[in-house]
Amino acid sequence: MSDVLLPVAVAVPIVAATLPIALGLKYERAGWPVAAAATTVLAGLTAAIGLEVARDGAFSHALGTYEPPIGIELVADELSVAVLVLVAAVSLATLPFARVAGPRGNSFYSGYLLLVGGLTGLVLTGDLFNMFVFLEIVGISTYALIAADRSGASAYASLKYLVVGTVGASLYLLGVGYAFLATGTLNMLDMQVQIVEQASYADPLIRASYALIVAGLGLKIAVFPIHAWQPDAYQRAPDAVTTIVAALVSTASAYALIRVSYTVFTVDFLAANDAITTVMLTVAGASILAGSALAAVQSDLKRMFAYSSVAQFGMIVAAVALANETALLGGIVHLIGHGLLKFGLFLGAGLLALGYGARELDDLASAARSAPYTAGAIVLLGLGLVGIPPSIGFLGKWYIGVGAVESSMGGGSAGIAIAAVIFVSTLFTLSYVARVIERFYFAGVGIPDGHGEGDEHGAAGHDDGDHAGVAADGGRESSAEGVASGSEAESDGPLTPVVDAPRSRFVPDRVSSAPLAILILAALTTVALGFGGYALFEWFDPFLTEVFA
Amino acid sequence: MTVALDAAAGSVPVLASALASGTATASAFDVLTTRHSYVAFALLLCIGIYMMIANPHLVKKIIGLNLFQTAIFLLFITSAYVEGGAIPIVPEGAAETGTFVSPLPHVIVLTAIVVGVSLTAVGLALCIRIYDEYGTLRTDVLRELLRDEGSLPQRPAIGGTDRGETDE
Repeated sequence: MSDVLLPVAVAVPIVAATLPIALGLKYERAGWPVAAAATTVLAGLTAAIGLEVARDGAFSHALGTYEPPIGIELVADELSVAVLVLVAAVSLATLPFARVAGPRGNSFYSGYLLLVGGLTGLVLTGDLFNMFVFLEIVGISTYALIAADRSGASAYASLKYLVVGTVGASLYLLGVGYAFLATGTLNMLDMQVQIVEQASYADPLIRASYALIVAGLGLKIAVFPIHAWQPDAYQRAPDAVTTIVAALVSTASAYALIRVSYTVFTVDFLAANDAITTVMLTVAGASILAGSALAAVQSDLKRMFAYSSVAQFGMIVAAVALANETALLGGIVHLIGHGLLKFGLFLGAGLLALGYGARELDDLASAARSAPYTAGAIVLLGLGLVGIPPSIGFLGKWYIGVGAVESSMGGGSAGIAIAAVIFVSTLFTLSYVARVIERFYFAGVGIPDGHGEGDEHGAAGHDDGDHAGVAADGGRESSAEGVASGSEAESDGPLTPVVDAPRSRFVPDRVSSAPLAILILAALTTVALGFGGYALFEWFDPFLTEVFA
Repeated sequence: MTVALDAAAGSVPVLASALASGTATASAFDVLTTRHSYVAFALLLCIGIYMMIANPHLVKKIIGLNLFQTAIFLLFITSAYVEGGAIPIVPEGAAETGTFVSPLPHVIVLTAIVVGVSLTAVGLALCIRIYDEYGTLRTDVLRELLRDEGSLPQRPAIGGTDRGETDE
């Protein structure tokens, strides 16, 4: 009975979330091992679920032996497995960084596991109200984690997110309520049938329901006019929390939007309600433009990447509203790709902040000289965000763009407009990623400080290599030198003194090498996935053919 | 002849709309009297949203949030009301006749109340921490304090340079 895997995958992190607090009564540092064990088990379960889906296609599990239309159902299909793999991978990969960067304490890991459990449930559930519950579990644990460093600023950012996020979830619940009034069911697949049988796609109740759900999830995803909570929350949160929240939380909400739009309301509903899709496309377009433009004027790395997320999720919402196969494939690929890219970028930004205490772009001049690995990986991920071909960032944008143009083939300019907006946004993205590259590799050539300190720390021969590399072609070369000289952390010390003195003891070598290895692995994975474009298409094909049947 | 027919045909919708408007005023009154819980739902929803947006006090924002959620609970409960409906519990051996109320909306509301309570708890905990740190719960004062502290440096820079970067 392989379908038992599904409830187990949801239960493991949630049950494990109680352990850090319980064991914390006796052991001071129980949190991290428990979290590591639970996420490792989750990764294993995810692999098993993925194999099962790859072999036999989608499968489901009826909770508590109540059969689906009445009972709650957990479903794994190609789409949910893809997002589940992202959830499992990111939640496991963030842990080494959380161990180094904090926040420490058992309660943090309880919140962390609760978040992971909520995300797993959100991805696997096949019931609309159950989805609301998991949405709120994700929400509550995210609010708690954002404020986990106990500073006033993060508490304020978290409270802002709490108010907006709760309104979003409540609007979702209201939408589900309307749909429930119209159909009398909460199971996704059953509702898909009942909407046609008991109501119609033109039924005001159904339309209002979809509009409320989209508005609610839009608040959680943070698309443009209602994104204001997101940059503050991402910037103020502890680095390790930003890494997982930015990679997964909005992604899960966007997954919910795709799931509700295509599994519950179906393509025919979207086709029958032009007004709703037009509004969605307009909002998405505004989101893409505004997010990119705002990102381009930021000076704080985390804030820049946060605004960039607003733009990327605009593209995903656009892909949902375009309602054709290519665009949806692009949307899903971009959803996964963006999650991975933002995981890497925030991890890189966090590592730089931890090692050098520098969060502003201006303070990171010639970071590539002293942190060649980290800087190189960030630049690689940044280029993926722009959409330079051998990266998954390119694939997603490309499919969305092609889908947008395709949707305009039969007349109508909305698709062309979206394609144009994506192109403009790509230029903006290039402009801010290029600023990062310029800062990292070219800016500090004339600055003596930092480099001088590096002289004292590094071995003489290695340092000469760095000099030559930077002078010759600014960075690429020196990055190679850094690789040759061994671990990045040993050439780390200089740039600026670390802010948190007690934590800086963890920076050298041994501890920071694990998150660094993960960062490089993430960067390489985005490139590898970019090459695997056709495999992705094949993987999502059953889902897409079912949706567009 | 055709003109007359057309006129007649034209007059029918007019009549119909007149009738409809007549019934509309009547039904608006009806709605207020017989569907008052739906009206209360809409009112509570709007009051809640207004409080969240307009009130600068953080705790009152959370109260607004609670009103907003309560409105949604009210919608579910109201929609589940069945005239003469019984509790859906059938004793063993009893006849399964009669109207029963669907238990699902009530279960949903129970769950949603639990979610709402935990959200309120988290929100109030955050409020306590903000008050400990800054000694105020008013967002306008808070924003000033955060700006002075340097935690909100970007705001003036983006919205036009209204107060400049004095801390540099």
